[in-house]
Amino acid sequence: MFELLGIPPQALFGQVLLGLINGAFYAVLSLGLAVIFGLLNIINFAHGALYMMGAFVAWMLLTYLGIPFWAALVVSPLIVGGIGMVIERTLLRPLHELDHLYSLLLTFGLTLVIAGLFQNFYGVSGKPYPIPAALTGVINLGFMFLPIYRAFIIVMAVIVCFGTWFLIEKTRLGSYLRAATENPEMVSAFGINVPMLITLTYGFGVALAAFAGVLAAPVYSVNPVMGNDLIIVVFAVIVIGGMGSIIGAILGGFSLGLVEGLTKVFYPEASTTIIFVIMALVLLLKPSGIFGREV
Amino acid sequence: MTHTTEHPGTIAPASQSGTMLEVSGLNGWYGESHVLHDVSLRVDAGEVVTLLGRNGAGKTTTLKAIMGLLKNRSGSIRFQGSELIDAPARTIAKMGVGYVPDDRGIFGSLSVMENLLLPPKVAEGGFELPAIYELFPNLKERLDSYGNKLSGGEQQMLSIARILRTGARFMLMDEPTEGLAPVIIHQIGRTVRRLKKAGFTILLVEQNFHFARELADRHYIVQEGRVIDEIRNDEVTDNLGKIQGYLGI
Amino acid sequence: MSHHIEPTTPTQLQGKTGGRRRTARHHMFVFALIAALVVIAPQFLYPVFVMKFLCFALFAMAFNLMLGFGGLLSFGHAAFFGGAAYATGHAAKVWGWPPELAIGFAVLVAAVMGAVFGFLAIKSRGIYFAMITLAFAQMVYFYALQSPITGGEDGLQSIPRNSLFGLVDLSSDRVFYWLVAAIFMAGIFFVYRVIHSPFGEVLKGIRENEQRMISLGYQVQRYKLVTFIISAALSGLAGGTKALVFHLASLVDVHWTMSGEVVLMTLIGGLGSIFGPIVGAGVVVAMQNYLADLGSLVLIIQGMVFIVCVLVFREGIVGVLAKWLKTRL
Repeated sequence: MFELLGIPPQALFGQVLLGLINGAFYAVLSLGLAVIFGLLNIINFAHGALYMMGAFVAWMLLTYLGIPFWAALVVSPLIVGGIGMVIERTLLRPLHELDHLYSLLLTFGLTLVIAGLFQNFYGVSGKPYPIPAALTGVINLGFMFLPIYRAFIIVMAVIVCFGTWFLIEKTRLGSYLRAATENPEMVSAFGINVPMLITLTYGFGVALAAFAGVLAAPVYSVNPVMGNDLIIVVFAVIVIGGMGSIIGAILGGFSLGLVEGLTKVFYPEASTTIIFVIMALVLLLKPSGIFGREV
Repeated sequence: MTHTTEHPGTIAPASQSGTMLEVSGLNGWYGESHVLHDVSLRVDAGEVVTLLGRNGAGKTTTLKAIMGLLKNRSGSIRFQGSELIDAPARTIAKMGVGYVPDDRGIFGSLSVMENLLLPPKVAEGGFELPAIYELFPNLKERLDSYGNKLSGGEQQMLSIARILRTGARFMLMDEPTEGLAPVIIHQIGRTVRRLKKAGFTILLVEQNFHFARELADRHYIVQEGRVIDEIRNDEVTDNLGKIQGYLGI
Repeated sequence: MSHHIEPTTPTQLQGKTGGRRRTARHHMFVFALIAALVVIAPQFLYPVFVMKFLCFALFAMAFNLMLGFGGLLSFGHAAFFGGAAYATGHAAKVWGWPPELAIGFAVLVAAVMGAVFGFLAIKSRGIYFAMITLAFAQMVYFYALQSPITGGEDGLQSIPRNSLFGLVDLSSDRVFYWLVAAIFMAGIFFVYRVIHSPFGEVLKGIRENEQRMISLGYQVQRYKLVTFIISAALSGLAGGTKALVFHLASLVDVHWTMSGEVVLMTLIGGLGSIFGPIVGAGVVVAMQNYLADLGSLVLIIQGMVFIVCVLVFREGIVGVLAKWLKTRL
C-alpha cells in the first residue's frame, strides 16, 4: 500500500471516516438550527441539550419500555419535537416581538435547566446503548475495515439532509415556509396560520436534533453533557456556511467534519480548533458566510 | 357622508346582491399614533368601489385594517354579515377576502408557479390555471422564473392572479397601477372590468383618478384618516371641481 | 430585526442639566455606599467569599459596558476572564512575577485577545455577534484543554500570590483582600468614567441609533472595537485577580458556562444600568455559594432564574429600583 506524507493509509482513511461521521452530526444539527433560524430568526441555544435529550429518550425507551433502536429513531424525535413545540408555544412566543437576543438568552437558560435535570436524575457518567444487532460488524473494503453502524450514520444523515432539503425546496409546505420566512404578514393574509407554522418549524428543527441524538447514542456514551461542546462547534459551522442557509448547513457540516478529520491526521494539535480558525478566515473574507445572504 | 346601515340578518352567499362589506366607526393606530378616525364605508355585492385620496391619506391603512394586518383597531367591520373586528388576518382571508397589496407581496425566493399556488383555496369556483393563463398570458411564459426576476407589471398580474385561484369573490386591491407603463395599466383596467363582469366585488385604492373613474361604481374620498365624502360615479362629471380639490390635481 | 436590547433606565432624565446633576449626586452616594460596604464586608463575611464576589462584580461591569452601553451581546467573555486567569497564573507561578506585574500582564493578554476577536467579530451584530464571540471563546477553551502551558484538565494549581512590589506579603487573605478591594474600586470607577465621558456619550448614541451616528460621521466600528478591547481588558483584570484569590486557573474559567454566568449577572442586575451588574453578581455568587450542596440543582435553579428574568423581569433589580427612585443607577 502507498503512504502519504508518511501517514499509513489505514490511519488516514480511519480519520476520514471519523471526520465524515462528525460531519454527519454537524450537518444534521446545523440543518435544524438553520431551519429554525430561517423562520424564527432565533438561534436555538438549547439545540445541544435537545440533541442530548434525543439520545436519552432513546435510552429510556429501550431501558424502561424495551422499545428498540429502530422504533426509537422515529419515536424519540417525535417526543422531543413535541416538547420543542410546547417550548415554542409557552416560552418563545411571548418574546417574538422583542429583540431576538432575548430568545437566545431564554434558550440558554433552557439549556441549563435541561442539562441540570438529566444530571440530577442520571448523574454525569455515560449510559451504554448497544448498536442494533442488524448493524453490528464490519465490512472489509480492502483498504480498510468499515464498521457497519458508522456507515449507517453517514447514510442516514445524508438521507435526512436530502429529505429536509426536498421538503423545504420542493413541496407545498416548504413553499409556505419559504414565503413566511420572506414576508409572514403576507402569508397570513392568504389564510395560512403562521403561528402554527412557526410552532411546527421549531418542533421540526428540534426533532432533527433529537434524531442526531438517537444516531449518536450507540457510538458516543449517552450522558447529560454530550451536547455541551458539540453545539458550539455547530454554531461555528453555521457561521461558516451562512446563517439560515440550508445548503450551507449541509455542505458546511460534512466538509468541516472532513477537514477536522484530516487535521487530526496531519496536525493533531489543531484538530479541535481548526473549525474556529476557518470561521475567522471566513469572517475576514465573507462575513455573511459562504452561502449566506448579506447581513 | 350618509347612508342607512343595513345589517343583513343572515350570511348572504356572495352571488346575491346586497351589502358585502360594511365598515362603521373604524379607528386604527400605528403604535401611539391614531391613524384612522371613525372610517365608515359600504361595498355592495358586484360593485367596484374606490378609495381616493392623496398620498398618506390613510387609504392603504384602511385596507390593512379591513384585512386584519393593522392589529390595533376598533369599530366594526362586517363582511357578509359576520363581524371581523377581532378576527386575525388568516380568518378574514379564509372567509373570502383576497388581498392585493401595494407592494404586490410577491415572494422573491419562490417561483412564479409557487407564488401562484401559494394561497390556499378558500371557496369553490376559483379560476383554474388555464383560465388564469388566458387572462395573463405573460405569466405562463415565466412560470419557472423567481418572483424577484419579474417586472413590475408581471408582479402585479401575479398578485391578482394568485387571488383569483383561491375562489375569493371579494378583493382588496391597493394601487394596482402604481409605477406601471400606460399599456400595462390599460391591461389591468381590462382585467378589473372582466372581474366585475364575472361578479367579483372590489374595493380599490387608487391615486390615479382617471383609472378609477373608468371602472368604479362609487368613490370614497379619504383625507387624514377620515372618509370625508362619497361620490357616485355618475355624479363625477358634476363634481369634478370638488374632486380635483380633494386630490390636489 | 432590532439589534439592541432596550436600556432599562428612564432616558428622559438624560440631557436635563438639573436631572443630570441630581443623578451625579446619586451616583456619588452609591459609590460612597459601595466603598463603605467593601470596607466593612470582611467583618461579617469570609474574605475569600467577598473577594470572589468583587472579582465577578468587576467582570460583570466590564461585560455590561459592551452590552448595556455598546449594545453588543458577547457570549464569549469567559475567554478574556479565563485567559487572563491562565496568564496571571503562568506569570506568577512559572516566572515568579509579583502580583501587580502578573495581573498587568493578564490585562494585556486579555486586551490583545479582545483586539483580535473584536476585529473579526465587530462587523456583525445581534445574534451573529453573540455566536461568533461564543465560538472564539470555545476555541480558547479547546486550546486550554490541550495545551501543556495551561495544564489541561487540571488547570494551573497552587498559583502563588507573591509579594506586592516585592515588599508586602499577600499570603494572608485578610491582607490580600485590600488589594482586591482597591482593584475593584479602581475598576468600577474607571467603567463609570468611561460611561460618562464623551466617548461614552457616542456609545450611547450608537446604541440608540447606529445609522444616525454613521451619518454624523462617527467611525462606529472603531468605537465598538475600542469598547470591546476595554471590556476585554477589564474582564482580564477581574480574571487575573480571581486566579490569585483562589490560587487557581482552570477550565471552568474559560468554559461557555462562565460566559453565560456573566450574562445572567447582568440580566438579574439590570441591562444598561451602571450598578446593576454588581447586584447581579452578588445574587449569582451568593446563590452558588449557599446552594452548592444541592449539586446539579444549582444548574436548574440558575436556568430557571435565566428564563424568569427574560420572560418577566427584563429590567433587572437595579432597573426596577431606578424606576422606583426615578433616577438612573
